[in-house]
Amino acid sequence: MPGRIPSFFRNLLRKRAIEQALDDELKSAVELLTQEKMNQGLSHPEARRQALIELGGVEQVKEEMRAIRSGIFLETFAQDLRYTLRILRKSPGFTTVAVLTLALGIGATTAMFSIVDGVLLRPLPYPQPGRLVEVGLDLPGINQFNWPLSPADYFTFRGQSRTFQDIGLYYTGFGAALYSANVTGRGRPEHVPALGVTDGVLPILGVTPLFGRSFTRADDEPGSSDTVMITYGYWRSKFGGDPSVIGKTIDLDGKPSTIIGVLPQSFRFLEMTDLGVLLPLRPRTQRGYNYFAVARLKPGVTLAEASADVARMIPMELQGDRAEVQLRHLKWFKDSRIRPNLQPLKQYMIGDVGKVLWVVVGGVGLVLLIACANVANLLLVKVEGRQLELAIRAALGGSPGRIAGGLLLESLVLAVIGGALGLLFAYGGLRALIALAPSDLPRLNDIGIDRLVLLFTLGVTMVAGLLFGSMLPLRYAGVRVGTGLRETGRSVSASRERHRARNALVVIQVGLALVLLVSSGLMIRTFQALIHVQPGFTAPAEVETFHVHFPPEMIKAPERLVRMDQAILDNIEAIPGVSSADFSGAVPMDAGAESNLVLVKDHILQVPPARKSFWVSPNFFRTMGIPIVAGRDLTWDDVLNKRPVAIVSENLAREYWHNPSDALGKQIGGSPQAWRQIVGVVGNVYDDGTSQKAPATVYWPITDSDVFLGGPAFAIRSARAGTQSLMNEVRQAVWSVDPDLPLSAVHTLDYYYRNSMARVSFMLVMLSLAGGMALLLGAIGLYGVIGYSVSQRTHEIGIRMALGAQRKYILRLILGQGTKLALIGVATGIAAALGLSHFLSSLLFGVKPTDPATFAAIAVLLTFVALAASYIPARRATRVDPMVALRHE
Amino acid sequence: MGKERTDLLRGTLDLLILKALALESMHGVGVSRRITQISAGAFRVSFGSLFPALHRMEEKGWVEAEWRASENNRRAKYYRLTSSGRAQLRAEERDWSQVVKIMTAAVESA
Repeated sequence: MPGRIPSFFRNLLRKRAIEQALDDELKSAVELLTQEKMNQGLSHPEARRQALIELGGVEQVKEEMRAIRSGIFLETFAQDLRYTLRILRKSPGFTTVAVLTLALGIGATTAMFSIVDGVLLRPLPYPQPGRLVEVGLDLPGINQFNWPLSPADYFTFRGQSRTFQDIGLYYTGFGAALYSANVTGRGRPEHVPALGVTDGVLPILGVTPLFGRSFTRADDEPGSSDTVMITYGYWRSKFGGDPSVIGKTIDLDGKPSTIIGVLPQSFRFLEMTDLGVLLPLRPRTQRGYNYFAVARLKPGVTLAEASADVARMIPMELQGDRAEVQLRHLKWFKDSRIRPNLQPLKQYMIGDVGKVLWVVVGGVGLVLLIACANVANLLLVKVEGRQLELAIRAALGGSPGRIAGGLLLESLVLAVIGGALGLLFAYGGLRALIALAPSDLPRLNDIGIDRLVLLFTLGVTMVAGLLFGSMLPLRYAGVRVGTGLRETGRSVSASRERHRARNALVVIQVGLALVLLVSSGLMIRTFQALIHVQPGFTAPAEVETFHVHFPPEMIKAPERLVRMDQAILDNIEAIPGVSSADFSGAVPMDAGAESNLVLVKDHILQVPPARKSFWVSPNFFRTMGIPIVAGRDLTWDDVLNKRPVAIVSENLAREYWHNPSDALGKQIGGSPQAWRQIVGVVGNVYDDGTSQKAPATVYWPITDSDVFLGGPAFAIRSARAGTQSLMNEVRQAVWSVDPDLPLSAVHTLDYYYRNSMARVSFMLVMLSLAGGMALLLGAIGLYGVIGYSVSQRTHEIGIRMALGAQRKYILRLILGQGTKLALIGVATGIAAALGLSHFLSSLLFGVKPTDPATFAAIAVLLTFVALAASYIPARRATRVDPMVALRHE
Repeated sequence: MGKERTDLLRGTLDLLILKALALESMHGVGVSRRITQISAGAFRVSFGSLFPALHRMEEKGWVEAEWRASENNRRAKYYRLTSSGRAQLRAEERDWSQVVKIMTAAVESA
């Protein structure tokens, strides 16, 4: 049989061609035989007559050959299919409900799976992606993980590695302050997302330019002429896809740079989607632990071997003479127990989002199961109504196999129609789903319906069809002729056995719905707990933030930068409705704050932990709404005259001095040469999101950081925050200082606050949608079963009422039936949810996975809905007129 | 027609066809003539059995067919043994001699 399947489809497609070939072959045989007989001396007509006789009936031979060519199978199949379609057409209500239920389940599952496929399963778009690793450092001694590399690390690893084919350094910037370049001299000043790379990065990723050349080591040397590669998108939008762009120059950050290459359209760099230009990183001119590294392993090298190799190389650097090396000689830096952190590039990109996605897929899968149970229930009811027909077919000689096959085919046809419709739903729903997805979901661009997704849908469809289909033939194909014919006559009450399968299905549905509802209930509780945590700032929707980017060479003139930043701030404060404004290196929760080692003079011998560090101007705390707990805010005098002062968060103050006011006047610093006095203590801010502990934070005067002076984040407190009109005035305020300054990352503080909860809200929405669907489907299932049972028992109820049963008694009888099923389902569901909810535990906050309140509330809700679903048919039962019911017999 | 009998006949016919095609490729009529010839005239295969058998064997991949000109310049469909057909021929030959041996022993012992 398996061998027949391909030929079956081949023949289906080429039926006419096959017929023709059979004809031709037989004609040729006739001619060969005729020729043979003529050679023996017969006349042509006689020879032909004998040839036909010997061949023995052309049509019969053809018929036999057709049968061989899988024809029989084809015939039966087509016949059964026609029959099935006719049956389905005959009950459009049933078919519509079944197909829609399945389409919803399959569509939701497909949409979620395509996200999982794009994000988790599909390999990275580089050749041999399994050999790509992200190289970073862990410093467990000071609780810092996933640190970037310094240029010194890069040179050591490049020169000494035995396991890397090559290693490249790249620079993307941090948080909202992504690396970017100002393109000027071509209309409105433009701020183009940029990427700094060493010469190795593109070859490591297997990327070759569409035109021109890639960077060479010469481009990386300090003092070489300025070169730039542009992305396909930028080439199209800025140069209209002009192929003669190579060799032209563009003004990048005020420097004319020669375009040496155009990247192919397929080029993607990690998560950077709207990248415009690639610049040589020039590692010899760089310093600090600010650079990420990607390496290609030599063939056959494992991650563990490469890690051991890096661990071997880390001490080698101590022999170098660069600034970072000086840092490493410090005792406490050694105490940080520096060690390699190598991750497969894909894992580095995906992070821990996989868990969220699999949980949601699981939830949606449960909805599909419930949908299948519903359809199975509908089919059971329907097939029971067809028992007479099935019995007659059996009596007329239909083999049990063929009847069973026919019923299974009916399920499969339903599943296939549902699956096709579901695919359409998935296609439409995918965009909405991506819009809902947390913004930190990686690889969003890779999401789409591809072959694997289609295969998945096909598989799910077939499994679903077989799942609910397999329940029918087992029970009905073997209907004994006698029983079948007899039972379709009137029966006094429905047999117990008859209802068992349907009851089991309803119990399963209620149980699964409970699992989903408990999951979404737990997410609701988590969300409540999260928004209950005060983030440390107030009314974030009233704070507008944006970045301004000065050209890098201006960073060499910090005094001028401060004056310009101040001038912009003055202009902004003059805008009507602005109550407070400031500029700083980063905005709370925008992931732009640095982690820096902070020394405390009283505790100099301790290993200094890395602290969240913000560089701020005066009024930062007022604008953000962060309370000053003790001491005072920074003043312009502190900032402009570079007074050695700092402000710390309350939790940092308490850690060392127990009382916030005792911290005032104490000395802290980034190095033993630069102590600063604490002049203020401010409230804690949950910079890592409200689900994490508020990090201990230090606020330095912004004049301490030339880099942040050159790319500050402005913040404005105003009731007009988030409006276009405010931003228009703000742009004018900025451009009246310098018309060449681009603005980027325009968001309210609320945007960052909501982003910090994006995963929880995504889970919340998805699981609530799934839970809602489950509840609806479960209620429909229960309603269907009770309703059907009432319609079957009309006669029995009529007799009961004729014998004097009260309506109240009938109502209780039917309601009791529904309640019993619902309660068994709820109990099963609670057991299952207790077992499954620990999968959620890492995603929960402020609530245990076994939270009794959630479980109780959901159980009550579900029971209530179940009661309501059985109440409608129960009421109908009480309206049965005994006379009508009995006459009906 | 009983099930076993068909199988037996079909099996024998397959072996004869495979054997006939072992030397060179030929068309259906040629196969029929060759079987008559190698069985010294004992077997005459009807075309009603032969053509379906050839098609079945083509489905199974034992033979491949191709249209070309016959010896007296008529177009005819020529069948050729594939490697899996050759393997099948060897297997059937082995099975057949086994059957013959066993049957001979059984018949003679009686």
